[in-house]
Amino acid sequence: MDTVHSPGETELLPADIEAIRREFPVLQQEFYGKPLTYLDNAATTQKPQVVIDRLKRYYEQENANVHRAVYSLGELSSKAFEDSRIIAQKFLNAASEKEIIFTSGTTDAINLVAATFGRANLGPGDEVIISAMEHHSNIVPWQIVCEEKGARLRVIPIDDRGDLILEEYEKLLSPRTKLVSVVYISNSLGTINPVKKVIELAHAHGVPVLLDGAQAVSHLPVDVQELDCDFFALSGHKVFGPTGIGVLYGKEALLEAMPPYRGGGDMILSVTFEKTTYNDLPFKFEAGTPNIAGAIGLGAALNYVMSLGFEKIAAHESALLDYATEQLDAIDGLRIIGTAREKAGVISFVLDSAHPHDVGTILDHEGVAIRTGHHCTQPVMERFCVPATSRASFSIYNTFEDFDRLVQGIRKVQKVFG
Amino acid sequence: MDELRDLYQEIILDHNKNPKNFHVMEDATHKSDGHNPLCGDRLTVYLHVDGDRITDVSFQGSGCAISKASASVMTTALKGKTVEEARELFHKFQDMLTREDAAIPDLDEFGQLAAFAGVREFPVRVKCATLSWHTTMAALDDENEIVSTE
Ligand SMILES: Cc1ncc(COP(=O)(O)O)c(C=O)c1O
Repeated sequence: MDTVHSPGETELLPADIEAIRREFPVLQQEFYGKPLTYLDNAATTQKPQVVIDRLKRYYEQENANVHRAVYSLGELSSKAFEDSRIIAQKFLNAASEKEIIFTSGTTDAINLVAATFGRANLGPGDEVIISAMEHHSNIVPWQIVCEEKGARLRVIPIDDRGDLILEEYEKLLSPRTKLVSVVYISNSLGTINPVKKVIELAHAHGVPVLLDGAQAVSHLPVDVQELDCDFFALSGHKVFGPTGIGVLYGKEALLEAMPPYRGGGDMILSVTFEKTTYNDLPFKFEAGTPNIAGAIGLGAALNYVMSLGFEKIAAHESALLDYATEQLDAIDGLRIIGTAREKAGVISFVLDSAHPHDVGTILDHEGVAIRTGHHCTQPVMERFCVPATSRASFSIYNTFEDFDRLVQGIRKVQKVFG
Repeated sequence: MDELRDLYQEIILDHNKNPKNFHVMEDATHKSDGHNPLCGDRLTVYLHVDGDRITDVSFQGSGCAISKASASVMTTALKGKTVEEARELFHKFQDMLTREDAAIPDLDEFGQLAAFAGVREFPVRVKCATLSWHTTMAALDDENEIVSTE
């Protein structure tokens, strides 16, 4: 395939991809005697050796609780933990490390904002705007707080390609709007939303914006100051880091004004039975012993991505997307769901002849791992009138050959169900 | 590869393409909806029970080949059985799919249900094969599910 694509200056050469692949031990495995073709990166990404080694080193040499030890070992762990916060700050280009709150993931980060900012700012008749392509984790927390407060959830519709209908969004914005919370890159359609425009329009009404960046952070560079978003949520495991760790970025002034999320150790300055004084940012939102190893592993993962460089990542992934779209489009009886103008990393499709679940089982026997189902976006499935889709989602270590194997597998499915 | 061929046998592919008793039943005495949120499979089972005998079974819905074919074969297997016999058959079918030591019934004894023995090698697909059965048991169990006494 390499001859078809003449790599440009910033593109990764096949040899570079090979080198990257070698850094991911999981990818070296075979299933049913075939090399693993991992195309479920929107669900979770694989971990490079540097991240695995970093976790090992933490447990072997640095393990101690953070922020409370007087001994040297505890200083090591606290330093590594706080260093990771600074790495995350740099990764997102946040103005201050106080704006980086470690959470257990995107879901936890969104729940934090719903339970604090949401509870404090929503009242009867108020509105929260989300979109029709949200992951359930950016729907349900708002439903919960809206129900509690008598507020209303409004939904930006999407068109047949899977693009937000911005004119409808503009109509939804009103003095009742207290927050806009939208996904940056859709995990089921691959749409890259015009979030800058979304934010500008909201800010014109004085409304803050939360971006669900779960999918975005492994595909494109994020600069929260340039975007001017008010909150940004991400999951470590979707950007080559460990599970159980994530980040909530929030503008300092907003975070200062928000009530705490969970009560416990670390989030307080002093406790008496009469009154508790809460700790400063970011600790106010980090009650209890955090996922120390996870945070440190995430730091290693973010450093890894930054060292590869997003320009190269984007060039490689866009070449993959073009190639894969062309190859899949050429298959009779296959329909791609999600054909937005700007896409990244994800191709959802349905076959006339076979249900996604059967596609998934047969592909598995070809060593090809894809996801089938509703991808935690049931409203998207309803919008496109399909019960489920098959989804191939890719990352830096995927190759053109991976998609050739996917296509071969699909042809096999069609033969079985012919 | 053989596992796959065992899973997608001709009988199963045929029933998937041309499911039997695939329609709404207007005069059903029992009805229940089944849903497998993992894969989006959704089906409705209709039963007509006369005394303790199932005189008619049908289903509607969408799903993967395994769940659709299983529902289709089930409807043909249950027609004419007593409720008690239906429950027994369900347990045998479930055993065949989940228990390592379960004897694989031959075609004579088990009819086309035996075609689903291959599902045992695919634990994530067991739910697909049993969805229609669970739905049927729910319809039989739940007095409230009776949609018509006629
Ligand atoms: C767009 C999007 N938002 C949120 C989430 C939830 O992430 P997590 O399960 O890591 O909290 C996901 C993960 O599937 C996602 O793709």
